[in-house]
Amino acid sequence: MYICRDKHRVIIQGITGKQGTFWTERMQEYGTNVVGGVHPKKAGAIHCDVPVYASVVDARKDGNVDATVMFVPPLDVKAAALDSIEAGARLVVCLTEHIPVHDVMYIVAAAKEFGTTIIGPNTAGTVTVGECFLGFMPAFNGSIFQPGSVGVISRSGSLATLICQNITASGYGIRVFLGIGGDPVIGTSTVDALRALDGFQGVDAIAIVGEIGGGMEEAAAEYAASMDKPITAFIAGGAAPAGKKMGHAGAIIMGDKGTYKSKRIALENAGVNVLDTPSHIGDALREALAV
Amino acid sequence: MNFEEHAAKLFLVEVGITVPESRLVDTPHAAAAAAEEIGCCAIKAQVPTGKRGKLGGIQFATTPEEAQTHANNIIGMEIDGYKVEQVLVESKSAITKEFYVAILNDPETKGPVVMFSTEGGMDIEEISAKTPGKLRKCAVDIRDGLTSDGARTLVDGLFLEGADDAIVDVLTRLYTAYKVNDAELLEINPLVLTGAGDIVALDCKFVLDDSGIKRQIKLAERGSPDRLTQLEIVGEKHGIKYIELEGNVAVLANGAGLTMTTMDVVRHYGGQPANFCEIGGEAYTKGKEALEIVLAKANVKSLVVNFCGAFARCDVMMSGLLEAWDEVEPDIPAFFSIAGTGDKEAITMLKTKLDKDPLPNMDAACKAAVQAADAATQGSPQ
Repeated sequence: MYICRDKHRVIIQGITGKQGTFWTERMQEYGTNVVGGVHPKKAGAIHCDVPVYASVVDARKDGNVDATVMFVPPLDVKAAALDSIEAGARLVVCLTEHIPVHDVMYIVAAAKEFGTTIIGPNTAGTVTVGECFLGFMPAFNGSIFQPGSVGVISRSGSLATLICQNITASGYGIRVFLGIGGDPVIGTSTVDALRALDGFQGVDAIAIVGEIGGGMEEAAAEYAASMDKPITAFIAGGAAPAGKKMGHAGAIIMGDKGTYKSKRIALENAGVNVLDTPSHIGDALREALAV
Repeated sequence: MNFEEHAAKLFLVEVGITVPESRLVDTPHAAAAAAEEIGCCAIKAQVPTGKRGKLGGIQFATTPEEAQTHANNIIGMEIDGYKVEQVLVESKSAITKEFYVAILNDPETKGPVVMFSTEGGMDIEEISAKTPGKLRKCAVDIRDGLTSDGARTLVDGLFLEGADDAIVDVLTRLYTAYKVNDAELLEINPLVLTGAGDIVALDCKFVLDDSGIKRQIKLAERGSPDRLTQLEIVGEKHGIKYIELEGNVAVLANGAGLTMTTMDVVRHYGGQPANFCEIGGEAYTKGKEALEIVLAKANVKSLVVNFCGAFARCDVMMSGLLEAWDEVEPDIPAFFSIAGTGDKEAITMLKTKLDKDPLPNMDAACKAAVQAADAATQGSPQ
């Protein structure tokens, strides 16, 4: 997968909307290199001090597009993502929740052919601390994000905010945050994110924030067993009853699949320190990073 | 969203897959009349669950009198929590061979997967446990769909009693039904070869992708909505995801992951959560409605409020919550944990309005709420 850096050129799809405008301004203040926005009917305008194009393919004529961030309603996401992929974006961040799964599968299939990384859907985005952020994580909030050497992977934005805050409060800092999303089918799985952080210079320890449902944590455990970097994990949903969707469509236990127990055992067998509560993360990092 | 068998079979009929002749009825008398027309038949409970066969919801009849007796027993039965209101009286097929066919959204391959087995009739868990070698799977590129060649490759080398072409045809038609209807799962089990040499779908399971409902509104009308409690219905009306649980510690937080975690931490300290209730995302202005719902359950003994602001600001959530406080007048102890975007403002509001301070972190708030609930339970006969 592809991790965004401060030099990378970013286009915001849906830049003119209320959320698009608010978060574009936050991203710009933080350092994200936003070079343009997209609105099919507002091409030619200037918004948030950058030009608005009719499509990402159009924007491509004025220079490379490395990454795109979508503030786009569910049923328009497929077309918007395919536009980004066609324009050659290496990374497409898909924040939207409730996109039909058939559309997501279509986007992921197209992205695979073009070698594009899809992050999400249903994610708060990514943060490369001190460089840029894509989406709506509060990267600019010093009580949540401080520079450091921890890499965080999360299926949930709200829970990740808590974990990052706990990391910061215990005196550690974060290098990269990857919000992979709470949907059942997502472009970048836990193991893809883990592989990327394993190879990312400056990340010395990794925190995986997982959830019940699906088999992503189990798959990540297989790879984790081969890693040298220490890994700490928290899996949400141990108290959730089977067969109920707990807010995230992906967080559902079907039969004996996707249970808390299966994930915890797989991770522990791979040498991962699995926490009972997120507030133990500081102690876990102290242990993991002790020289 | 789940569908009952009779509604699911319509999707098959629409793409030209054969199903047995049947009548949907809601009285034993009408079942007898249907059996009179159809002859030997199966009386099948219409409930959106796969367990009905094992729980006595499917019976066979050779005469109208028998059909009436079975229908009388089945209508009104409770199966897996569903009350049977209708039965399908369906012509009984002479079965030569049973197959299993399904298409589903697969999170691992991130695309559609088509599954086929020559061991139909058992449920998929049994098939994969007892005869895993006989379960064939193929991942499909959703941009191409399932072609005849793809379907032929899936069943290549299997002994299909000479019905190869008919089965390939059913597979490609089934894929069309899966695609045009935004299915999460479309399963025929069993798909049978009859004595007359026809390929017929005896049962059908269809699950609609909930995120697809907004472009399949007409179709969703045929489905079976989730069974919700009164409070869950109120939550849904306000756009708040609320799930009622057994415990006595009410939980109110923002975001699915954080809310689940709050429940986990309550349980970690020996308590039982009374609910899942999250007001993250677009619902973060619904603090007032959320407070009313989480406190409405009679056995709730304490409340933990856990806000961790990012997109959803703590101060916005808190102001809604405090607005409701005067109206709801909670008479149970409440414990707060507040962090992230808008936390300082939210903490000030809490202090000004309720003269309360938040606990230092989520663990402390959950632990205090569990202790308060325990103390209240010990102090009362409940």
